[in-house]
Amino acid sequence: MLDVLQPAGLQLAALSQLALSHFLMTAAILFTLGLVGFVTRKNLIVMFLCTEMMFQGVVITLVAFAMFHNNVTGQTFVIFVLTVAAAEAALALGLVVLMFRRRRTLDANAWAAMQG
Amino acid sequence: MLENAVYIPWIAALGAVLCGALCLTPSMKKLAGPICVLSILAGFGLTVGSFLNPTFENDQQQQVQAPWKTHGTYALDDVAIDPHSHEVIHADDYKHPAVVIQPQPWMHVGGTAVYEEVIDKKSGHPVLGRDGQPLEQIVGYEGGLQINYGYYFDGLTMIMLLVITGIGSLIAIYAVGYMKGDPGVARFFAAMALFIFAMTTLVMADNLVLLFLGWEGVGLCSYLLIGYYYGKDSAVAAAKKAFIVNRIGDFGFLIGIFLCYQHFGSTDFSVIFNHELVTTKGAALPLGVMAIPFCLMVGAFGKSAQIPLFVWLPDAMAGPTPVSALVHAATMVTAGVYLVARMMPVFDVVHLQATISPLTVVAVVGGVTALFAGTIALCSNDLKGVFAYSTVSQLGYMFLGLGALSTHGAVFHLVTHAFFKALLFLTAGSVMHALAGTLDIRTMGGLGRKMPVTKWLMFAGCIALAGVPFTAGFYSKDVIIAAAWTQGIYGDGGTLYIVLGLLALITALLTAFYTFRLWFIVFTGETKYEMGDEHHSEDDHGHDDHHAHEPHEMPWWPMNLPLIPLAIGSAVAGVLLYEYHVIEGLIKASSAYTDAAYSETITMIMKIVSGFLAVAGIALAGVFYYKTSDRAEKAAELLKGPVGILRGKYFIDEFYDRVIVRPLFITGQVAYLIDQLVIHATIMSFGWAPRLLGKTVQPTQAGKLHGYGLGMIAGVTAVALLLLFLL
Repeated sequence: MLDVLQPAGLQLAALSQLALSHFLMTAAILFTLGLVGFVTRKNLIVMFLCTEMMFQGVVITLVAFAMFHNNVTGQTFVIFVLTVAAAEAALALGLVVLMFRRRRTLDANAWAAMQG
Repeated sequence: MLENAVYIPWIAALGAVLCGALCLTPSMKKLAGPICVLSILAGFGLTVGSFLNPTFENDQQQQVQAPWKTHGTYALDDVAIDPHSHEVIHADDYKHPAVVIQPQPWMHVGGTAVYEEVIDKKSGHPVLGRDGQPLEQIVGYEGGLQINYGYYFDGLTMIMLLVITGIGSLIAIYAVGYMKGDPGVARFFAAMALFIFAMTTLVMADNLVLLFLGWEGVGLCSYLLIGYYYGKDSAVAAAKKAFIVNRIGDFGFLIGIFLCYQHFGSTDFSVIFNHELVTTKGAALPLGVMAIPFCLMVGAFGKSAQIPLFVWLPDAMAGPTPVSALVHAATMVTAGVYLVARMMPVFDVVHLQATISPLTVVAVVGGVTALFAGTIALCSNDLKGVFAYSTVSQLGYMFLGLGALSTHGAVFHLVTHAFFKALLFLTAGSVMHALAGTLDIRTMGGLGRKMPVTKWLMFAGCIALAGVPFTAGFYSKDVIIAAAWTQGIYGDGGTLYIVLGLLALITALLTAFYTFRLWFIVFTGETKYEMGDEHHSEDDHGHDDHHAHEPHEMPWWPMNLPLIPLAIGSAVAGVLLYEYHVIEGLIKASSAYTDAAYSETITMIMKIVSGFLAVAGIALAGVFYYKTSDRAEKAAELLKGPVGILRGKYFIDEFYDRVIVRPLFITGQVAYLIDQLVIHATIMSFGWAPRLLGKTVQPTQAGKLHGYGLGMIAGVTAVALLLLFLL
């Protein structure tokens, strides 16, 4: 997997010819950004958006693999995932609104009912 | 009519449930008393009905007269009825006439199931199962232990039922007045009605296990009622003492039941009494059968407060006075006498075989207890305590009667004792009520002027207890004393029974003395009294507040009036029952009957002697205590040693405390320490390990969303690294 990060054919001249590694790099960057955002930000909506970003990172890998392996299963799966994500987004935002009404804040630290 | 008698316990049970429900509704508590009275009265009505008209429907739908009342007399004729098939058979084939009604299967242990095809009621064809085979159901069991919930009626049962429901209703009516205004009145009457349920079940049971159910039921009610004033430590301690001492007796009783099953294969009375081991007189018996009466005896001694298990009864007076009258004088404590009388065929057959006859043991324990408790009563200064020890003493008489083979004497005394002792306790309750709880007779005197009705009611009870000629106690006591002498002179008793007869005569003198000592002290002489601190609701009696500080007569209704039948019974029940041979006839028509030697001469002599002794005892009491003289103190001074011992009640309680209670207590403490230091500590150390672990990991569960996020990331990273570098 390390040679995925530094593939032999990665050259500036070949930018027009996108390799699998480009997609995977983009996906990894998106995923990591989402991850870092999720653990560093306090705002519930931002945190939620960060998880969506992580989602998109994963989705890109699936599409990329599907394209490079000539296998449509990955793409089908992506459509499926997007549908679910849309539904889940509606639900999650609804919850966030409810939570805001309860505490009058979007700070995630305001909720700690599970404290041991 | 006899079929209806089976409802007697259940009406009382219904009354108990209703009274119990009234505990929850404070505004309707007043109804508890009338409900309890009505449920017992209904039982009394049914009892009288079945007593006068003991007919029942047999399997052929014919009305049949119960065997103890044939040709209009309460004596066994040559006709008897098989209790199971209800067919009329000859008395020679069936020794113990009895009717067993509604034996419903109740419990079974072991045995093989008997199957029968299920028949469709409409078509009359067998019902087929899914596989086309006829369906089968269990209809019974063969072998093993089978126990029926059935009721057994014979002369003895009828006597007991009449006493329990008759005296019980009078006492319950009195209790309505006595307990008026008490906060726990619904609880009291619930326990009273439950007691009647248990006691009637006890005497109507057709097997030893059902009898044991009633036995434990009355024990429970006794416990609940002694501890009725649960705020008082002494009452709680007395309740526990009664319960624990009775458990010791019950252990013997249980072993006896087990042995009965082992040797007779059943606990049904009709099976036991007709078992060949019991019917064949003079044959060698297995050791187990020999042990049965001795085991049952232990239970009887516990319940009926005989040496060595009598210590609970005097303490049981901590309960309300109607309880002392009903449970601890008239009915429950006679359950032991009933048990021995009921199992008389077994006692009798072992009596013929064993080297030490169980009946001799019963007679000795009874005779010694009678004298022993009588002497304690001589020096007791507790109003109820005197009657409590007197009850122990009179129960001793009953056991002496049983031991002298005079079951009818014992049961006769049981009946008359129920009358006069209930009367004595209730009048003592009136005195206690009037004095707001004072019990020390040394502080009382001349109360006859304040309470004339109570004075003469108690007088009626006192002459009956003392055995003044022609009162109830005179006849019943005489039968027992005469039986002991006859057994000694003409029977197989020997010198031992003559000694016991002498003890009984001495006890008769003591009885007359202590009874009238109490009566003279309380009701004659200078008027003096000290009011106690118990507050009865005086307003209910229609008294002004300033009247509440001095004793007053009880109202006629509902307190003094129910005592009138008891007083009449104490006076004339004896002569009627004796002259018309009622008890004798009924006992003859039951399993309790035994062939005993009888002598007209000895009976006559004993009548004269015991009548003379009763009068002498009263005269002696009069010399010392009539109109408060100082002769009693002088005599006590002279006999300092014996009086000290008697005042200390022979220090039996102290002896038991040193020898049994304290060692047990110390053992308990040591066991507690071992439990705490070794077992508890070890077990707790196992508990500490996970608790410690929890304490360390707990901070990581902060409940914050970020924490969970980081945790998940760390987990995923760890798995990813694992996959990369290790696999």
